[in-house]
Amino acid sequence: MQPSTQALQKDDTQNPAMLWVKAGEALWNKPEGAAAKSCASCHGEIGRMKSVATRYPAYSSTQAKVINLSQQVNLCRVTQQQVSQWPAEHESLLGLEAAIAKESRGLPISPPTQSQLADAQTRGEALFNQRIGQVDLSCRDCHETLAGRKLGGNVIPQGHATGYPIYRLEWQSVGSLQRRLRGCMTAVRAEPYAHGASELIDLEAYLAKRAAGMKLETPGVRP
Amino acid sequence: MARTLITVPRTARRDEIIEIRALVQHSMETGYRRSSEGDLLPRDLIRRFTCRFVPRVAANSSATSTAGDLIFAATFHAAIAANPYLSFNLRATTSGTLVFSWEGDNGLAQTETVSLLVA
Ligand code: HEC
Ligand code: HEC
Repeated sequence: MQPSTQALQKDDTQNPAMLWVKAGEALWNKPEGAAAKSCASCHGEIGRMKSVATRYPAYSSTQAKVINLSQQVNLCRVTQQQVSQWPAEHESLLGLEAAIAKESRGLPISPPTQSQLADAQTRGEALFNQRIGQVDLSCRDCHETLAGRKLGGNVIPQGHATGYPIYRLEWQSVGSLQRRLRGCMTAVRAEPYAHGASELIDLEAYLAKRAAGMKLETPGVRP
Repeated sequence: MARTLITVPRTARRDEIIEIRALVQHSMETGYRRSSEGDLLPRDLIRRFTCRFVPRVAANSSATSTAGDLIFAATFHAAIAANPYLSFNLRATTSGTLVFSWEGDNGLAQTETVSLLVA
């Protein structure tokens, strides 16, 4: 990543993703639904969300499956606030997810020890190693074997998902990790999985295991 | 209402040169792009940004001006990136209010104010 992109990420007064974080922080306190409950009504001030994002994706016993942070936010909207869930990539969903994850900035990524999560990580690793698309490359081919080499004008990164949701200069907006992963799939001319598909959650779970111990840096800025 | 992020030091020493930063959430749609369906996306640009400084009027003063002095202005065009960020400097001489405004297509007219205390 170029020094100018890093500088943009490091300075909260310049990082455009802070506009989304600010919106998310306002939503945290906004009453919703018939009972007029805000996230803060149950969870207290947003600072109490410290370290939560370092543990996602995680197994949810109520859902009996592994879910990511944005799914947890939507879950609280539906089951706790009794309002409709936001669709994938909705501005408000990204804002809340970014605001929650920012509370864990600088903390190590720490997937919990859960057998169901371990299964998801194993499935995710298999997907990571599988060659896909007309270009016939796996995630591993690019992000491990070819990391540091160039693809077009871009340096291929190691593919550690430490800054999500990110502000991507190419998108000119904030987007989720799933949007990023779908982009990589389209780039090798593979059919991307739909937003929220279990395969994407499995990949997210494996990426978190692979990046365990690295510091969360949300909201990240990428080229 | 566009979201904004303005950074101004809360206080400044007299004659100190301070840095002011203003970030605004805006798509800066050029009017030249097409959607995935092939339709032209309508142009939606910020046209002009201004920052004015309104000195705090002393109670016994007869001054009545509230428009303030223009301290920075910029005209925007297509090809400026989305969510434009500006930074500029001001010599702080007296306490007062900074008035930021963004104007543009589709009736955009947004004003934000931040007060500055000069000790
Ligand atoms: C009526 C109370 C209530 C409201 C309102 C509520 N939540 Fe929750 N939230 C809970 C409960 C209970 C849990 C734990 C059980 C579960 O996972 O659903 C939880 C869990 C969470 C977690 C996971 C915490 C962890 O340690 O893993 C997050 C993140 C979260 N909520 C975010 C939100 C957000 C964002 C909102 C507002 C959009 C919100 N919640 C609104 C009750 C609430
Ligand atoms: C053809 C090579 C290639 C393949 C195959 C590929 N990627 Fe990527 N990936 C890239 C490039 C290049 C970028 C960085 C683009 C940029 O931001 O400039 C990237 C970015 C990423 C990032 C973002 C890292 C960050 O710093 O935010 C993640 C995560 C990622 N890829 C995961 C995957 C996964 C999972 C797969 C398999 C489904 C995959 N990639 C397949 C080339 C590839």
